[in-house]
Amino acid sequence: MTPTRYVPHSAADVEEMLAAVRASSVDDLFAEIPEEVRRREPLALPAGLSEAEVIAEARRLAGKDTPATQLVSFLGAGVYDHYVPAVVDAVVSRGEFLTAYTPYQPERSQGMLQTIFEFQTAICELTGMDVSNASMYDGGTALAEASFLAGVQTHRGEVVLSAGVHPEYRQVLATESAGYGPRPQTVGLLAGAATDLDALAAAVGEDTAAVVVQQPNFFGALEDVPAVAELAHAAGALLVVVADPVSLGLLEAPGRLGADIVVGEAQALGNAMDFGGPGLGYMAVTTKLMRRIPGRLVGETVDLEGRRGFVLTLQTREQHIRREKATSNICSNHALNALATLVYLSWLGKEGLPELGLHCARKAAYLRGRLLALPGVTPFTEGPVFREFAVRLPRPAAVVVDALVPEGFLAGVPAGRFAGQYAGLLPAEGGDVASAALDDVLLVAVTEKRTRAELDAFADALGRALASDEVDRG
Amino acid sequence: MADRGDAPVCRPADVDRTTIYEKSRPGRRAYTLPELGVPEVPAAELVPESLRRSAPARLPEISEIDLLRHFTGLSTLNYGVDSGSYPLGSCTMKYNPRVNEVAARLDGFAGLHPYQPESLAQGALELLYELERWFAEISGLHFTTLQPAAGAHGELTGLLIIRAAHLAEGRDPKRIIIPDTAHGTNPASVVMAGFVPAPVRSDARGGVDLDHLREVIAGGDIAGLMLTNPNTLGLFDEHIVEIATLVHEAGGLLYYDGANANAVLGISRPGDMGFDIVHFNTHKTFSTPHGGGGPGAGPIVVRDSLAPFLPVPLVEKGEDGRFFFQYDRPQSIGKVRTFYGNFGVLVRTWTYIRSLGAEGLREVSEMAVLNANYVMEGLRGLLDLPYGQRRCMHEFVGSATPLKQDGVRALDVAKRLLDYGVHPPTTYFPLIVDEALMVEPTETESKDALDRLVEAFRSVAREARDDPQLLHDAPVTLPVRRLDEAQAARRPIVKQQFPEDAEGGA
Repeated sequence: MTPTRYVPHSAADVEEMLAAVRASSVDDLFAEIPEEVRRREPLALPAGLSEAEVIAEARRLAGKDTPATQLVSFLGAGVYDHYVPAVVDAVVSRGEFLTAYTPYQPERSQGMLQTIFEFQTAICELTGMDVSNASMYDGGTALAEASFLAGVQTHRGEVVLSAGVHPEYRQVLATESAGYGPRPQTVGLLAGAATDLDALAAAVGEDTAAVVVQQPNFFGALEDVPAVAELAHAAGALLVVVADPVSLGLLEAPGRLGADIVVGEAQALGNAMDFGGPGLGYMAVTTKLMRRIPGRLVGETVDLEGRRGFVLTLQTREQHIRREKATSNICSNHALNALATLVYLSWLGKEGLPELGLHCARKAAYLRGRLLALPGVTPFTEGPVFREFAVRLPRPAAVVVDALVPEGFLAGVPAGRFAGQYAGLLPAEGGDVASAALDDVLLVAVTEKRTRAELDAFADALGRALASDEVDRG
Repeated sequence: MADRGDAPVCRPADVDRTTIYEKSRPGRRAYTLPELGVPEVPAAELVPESLRRSAPARLPEISEIDLLRHFTGLSTLNYGVDSGSYPLGSCTMKYNPRVNEVAARLDGFAGLHPYQPESLAQGALELLYELERWFAEISGLHFTTLQPAAGAHGELTGLLIIRAAHLAEGRDPKRIIIPDTAHGTNPASVVMAGFVPAPVRSDARGGVDLDHLREVIAGGDIAGLMLTNPNTLGLFDEHIVEIATLVHEAGGLLYYDGANANAVLGISRPGDMGFDIVHFNTHKTFSTPHGGGGPGAGPIVVRDSLAPFLPVPLVEKGEDGRFFFQYDRPQSIGKVRTFYGNFGVLVRTWTYIRSLGAEGLREVSEMAVLNANYVMEGLRGLLDLPYGQRRCMHEFVGSATPLKQDGVRALDVAKRLLDYGVHPPTTYFPLIVDEALMVEPTETESKDALDRLVEAFRSVAREARDDPQLLHDAPVTLPVRRLDEAQAARRPIVKQQFPEDAEGGA
């Protein structure tokens, strides 16, 4: 037998090695596996392919897709099509980073350790917090971990969330909280899509571990974070802010508004959309909570001779040391995505992030104005927004989206797909039940990649589609 | 002082360790933005003052070339599988094929938005559909979710399914049996799923101690058992069928931690061993890169009776041949992460399995086991091999206790191996072996590389005897020597200290 794919041995190597280990055959190596659980017939999988064939097959599948990047896309709702500069891939493709393990041997892993330290710094700078970990999986699991942390810190049994928090994040939190951590409770939104602060105040009590709001919220509305902070802290609860990191060039750092924990999704900072993953969850906390933060944490130190170096630190929080007493089970994280984000944020720099934010906000404001001027289109999100907003259409949003694809537009995300997560959480409108009312709501995101000409063409196309009989109700 | 011969002693010139923030100079920049083309509305009109940024994030101001040199410089201080042997036990640091990277970067995959219409993502859905079925075949079980982001996340998902399955039958047992050789994620996941770990001892041959298992089971309230097979000692548990029977008879479900699946692809399937739920670490067994800590993917496969509890959505194929996400699953535990999993990682996984096919996958395990046995044989006499009378699978655990008489510990061996240009094995794990060194060469290391690895061990063992101080001093050839981890923990500095900030740590 001559192994061929990714195994370097020649047939002679194999023979020599079998002799060295006193095995009569390769099969003999597995003699300790009981025969009743040995598999003798081959797995029912397609036969292997050469590299040329496998990449052709991958291209064939990829060719069946029309990715958002090839259309004029206004999709957002947690994943955004910002431009990723070429330097990002140049760095993350370096084999020394790409093919390294978690930096358990710090002397041989200084490169990765220093980039994590620099990433932690960037996240702290963006959020205005004291301590960031090395990354989480995604925004949803980061939120679940924030809830667990708040429960342990406060010894309380409930977490109160705004319905403005991404519905999938809330689903993840609910799922992962089935047997552990504070029980989630959700409060609704007012007309205009901001959180109902009176309902929030009524829901918060002496068993509330944390209050969670998203900024900007799922529908793009800006929340009154200072008011929520006051309300949470008055009850002895922590404030958790789910923050869109791209917005933090323009919007105030949550840490300066009273946040105790900031979490979110940083895919938009230098990562491809990748059908939703791998993105980049992040978590930052105050110094007070440092010893409870989940996941890897890198700290600066010196070597025997006083040279600067970096190490994984406070590891007694972690599963490989503390096992069942760890602050989380997280082991693998999203380090390479964090590296991409660090490179991207370094490329943008101190001036670039605010400029990008303003750029997106201006384009979003312009498009919003154009759309709201169309007959029958009304605001769902009211007040200022960053780069995303929701409008109510005179037709089902999903139908409108489909109708505009042939014209080259992805008009936005129909909010109706999240109706299940909004039952009873939206104000009733003219006797309509709120969830049904979401069917007409379209969530529209505008990144710097959209040109003025595209915005105008999209508004015109939407106007035509809404006027057309072909896009009929239902 | 013994003759140090050709032992590595040279020290590199000091390398640049300034951070990117320290390289920042006002007014420098790398970024460009497209034309605005819409009215330049002032920020004050877009965001109310109470919510507007009061001071910018102190991100670096740096030119593009200096940015690239900074990170290129840091990469040279790092070490990956592309650099050399990486026999880190339980981590399966095999070659990460570059063609996987090419496939994952195809715009038809990387450019997909998770909420774009399914009709525009049929290729991606087909890929996920195939992969779900391939994992079912490889595991010997039936239904797959590709959503978990990592092995530990797969564990949590599997445990939540165990919980839901018991609750559906009106039971709520609390104890999950875990061997003393288990990965640390196992007990941590057990707690996060609302269970309590019930430890079980290993026997003299390194497998689950059946008598103790019976004792633990007799304590009642058994929800299930988590097991890695081969286990973290690199040993296949000879009593697996009996273990499965005992746990099932107690009403428990069996969870297979797939961290060590690289030993058994196409050779012995967890489903055939009696397991009910399996996770795979694509970043171990299926060649997706670890990326310095992630991202990975931790798909899980379950027996058909547990399928109703899998998270939403699953990928299905309609009668018209179109693929779609199925959300209508009333008994589902819910969602364990946003969207559909780490799709980009799953494309790499798909490419790997499609490249190798059934025969190639079996060869992976055969050669992984051959390589591990070959290195174990080479180290016989140098290290204590507490289970050396048995055939190891894809990895083995040695012990540095014979070197203790010279005052040398496993940590010193590991640090000295760094000077010989190889990455050391996992140290001090599993916990039941004193001074453990856990070696997993993987199938992609050549005989020459394995010989060099053994030779490096041999040199270090000789030095331990002749001049142990060399080991205590190691490493001496790297950009830094041993780092003061105690100081890092005592006074944590976990972000850049800017000159204008007040003094002090985080």
